[in-house]
Amino acid sequence: MKRFFLRALKDIRDNRFLTAITVITVALSIMIAAAFALFFVNAGGILNMWQQGIRMMVYLTPQVSEAARQDTMAQLQSIAGVQEARYISSEEALERLRGQMQHHDALLDNLRRNPLPEAFEITLQADRRDSTSLQFLAERIANLETVADVEYGQEWIGRFTAIVNLFSLAGYAIGGLFFMATVFIVANTIRLVLYARREEIEIMRLVGATDRFIRVPFYLQGMIQGGLGTLLGLGSLLLGYLYLTRQFGDPMATEMFTIRFFPVLTCAGIVLGGMVVGWLGSWVSLKQFLK
Amino acid sequence: MTDTRDEAIIRLFHVHKRYGAKAALQDVTLEIAKNELLFVTGRSGAGKTTLLRLLYLGEAVSEGQILVDGMNLSRIPRARVPTLRRKFGIIFQDYKLIPTKTVYENVALVLEAAGRKPSVIPKKVRSVLRIVGMEDRMNAFPPSLSGGEQQRVAVARAAAGDPKIILADEPTGSLDEEAAGLIMSYLDTFHTRGATIIVATHDKELLKRADTRVVQLRDGRLLPPAPV
Ligand SMILES: Nc1ncnc2c1ncn2[C@@H]1O[C@H](COP(=O)(O)OP(=O)(O)OP(=O)(O)O)[C@@H](O)[C@H]1O
Ligand SMILES: [Mg+2]
Repeated sequence: MKRFFLRALKDIRDNRFLTAITVITVALSIMIAAAFALFFVNAGGILNMWQQGIRMMVYLTPQVSEAARQDTMAQLQSIAGVQEARYISSEEALERLRGQMQHHDALLDNLRRNPLPEAFEITLQADRRDSTSLQFLAERIANLETVADVEYGQEWIGRFTAIVNLFSLAGYAIGGLFFMATVFIVANTIRLVLYARREEIEIMRLVGATDRFIRVPFYLQGMIQGGLGTLLGLGSLLLGYLYLTRQFGDPMATEMFTIRFFPVLTCAGIVLGGMVVGWLGSWVSLKQFLK
Repeated sequence: MTDTRDEAIIRLFHVHKRYGAKAALQDVTLEIAKNELLFVTGRSGAGKTTLLRLLYLGEAVSEGQILVDGMNLSRIPRARVPTLRRKFGIIFQDYKLIPTKTVYENVALVLEAAGRKPSVIPKKVRSVLRIVGMEDRMNAFPPSLSGGEQQRVAVARAAAGDPKIILADEPTGSLDEEAAGLIMSYLDTFHTRGATIIVATHDKELLKRADTRVVQLRDGRLLPPAPV
């Protein structure tokens, strides 16, 4: 095995330029594909987080009696999917608004009358936080007599989900494309090396070398190229990520969410995948070349 | 040659080889004994190289059967071809040395390919290069060697794996008499060490040797042995 490895390394050294180009091309492929995956992972995470925090605001019609309000509360709590319904009086709503407006709360002091409606804030059971269930629940609640309006950010959740789905689709397509590109690139490089070595390979066969003896160094070369390329691609992406988060990420990270990089284990998996893909490239070439 | 049947290492039965419409060998039946030194002669195009190629499955026969050291060549699965080829050491008509590898590496390659232990290879390579007088040119590349020197390296490579059979295709083809004699003496060395040796040649000088069997090909057919 060690000798196979040395032969593979010697081939790589003899074809440095070719190998370098291959590694860089593989790196670029991986970088683009991984950038997409990273976007996808983060967008999914954000979506998930938003959904975790989803609350439904149920605004009541003006001048609802105390009894009717109690009644509505009971009805809300009996609807499947509702975890908790909390009453928010007009005064409490105004206080919240004051808190959110911070320095501009003086504006609110001039109000003669509290314009905010009474409301219920509803938290939902975990399995009801997807946009279809939300829509269904909202419709049911909106049908209640005392309810004027239901709000849960229906529009942007729907749109964001659609966009994420679109991107993940594009991500898969691009990932598949780059997978094939990487196989092709490595296969091509190995083919060139095989071509340069054809005489030698023929002689090896004539003197009784087994197929394994001839093939293994090429498999190793493919794997090394795939692995190095992936490592380089991921490394560059990580540098880009670190740069970006240093530059703009911090305020965003604290307020809303953190943009994450792949966990170490995933990175290792991707590099391993790169090696497998490199191996596949070699396999394709050897299959063609050695009949 | 009374009863060599049991000692035969190579047997050909009614072997034919055709390249398209061209018949390169026709109905060749031949036995070669263990540790025999055999000359195969005939004009250019008579089928000498073809005969040798059939033995190590460089080509498959069109018809007939060949047995080599107990292996029936028409029944060997692909995976066993290396096993067959390791029985041979081959000196090719065009040498087939790898120009980008040193003399040492060229010889060592055979041993590596045959799966020899890495620890024994350097010693073996040196010893066989010493026999053909090329030990001091170990680190040279083949293109920088003379024809005779390349031929000596080819002999060393063929003999390095201690093969049972050495095939030599025109080993003295382009050499002067002295160089040719040297090559033959190396082959004799390996012959006395137990190898079966088959030499394809049209070198009249070589054929003058009294002690060896000569078979002659003409247009792909084996001529009956000349009466002595
Ligand atoms: N691969 C091939 N395809 C077609 N014809 C071939 C092939 N190899 C050999 N032949 C033909 O078979 C015949 C025998 O060739 P072979 O090489 O065995 O001759 P030879 O006796 O070795 O000649 P020389 O002394 O010139 O080496 C020739 O007519 C040759 O043209
Ligand atoms: Mg010939």
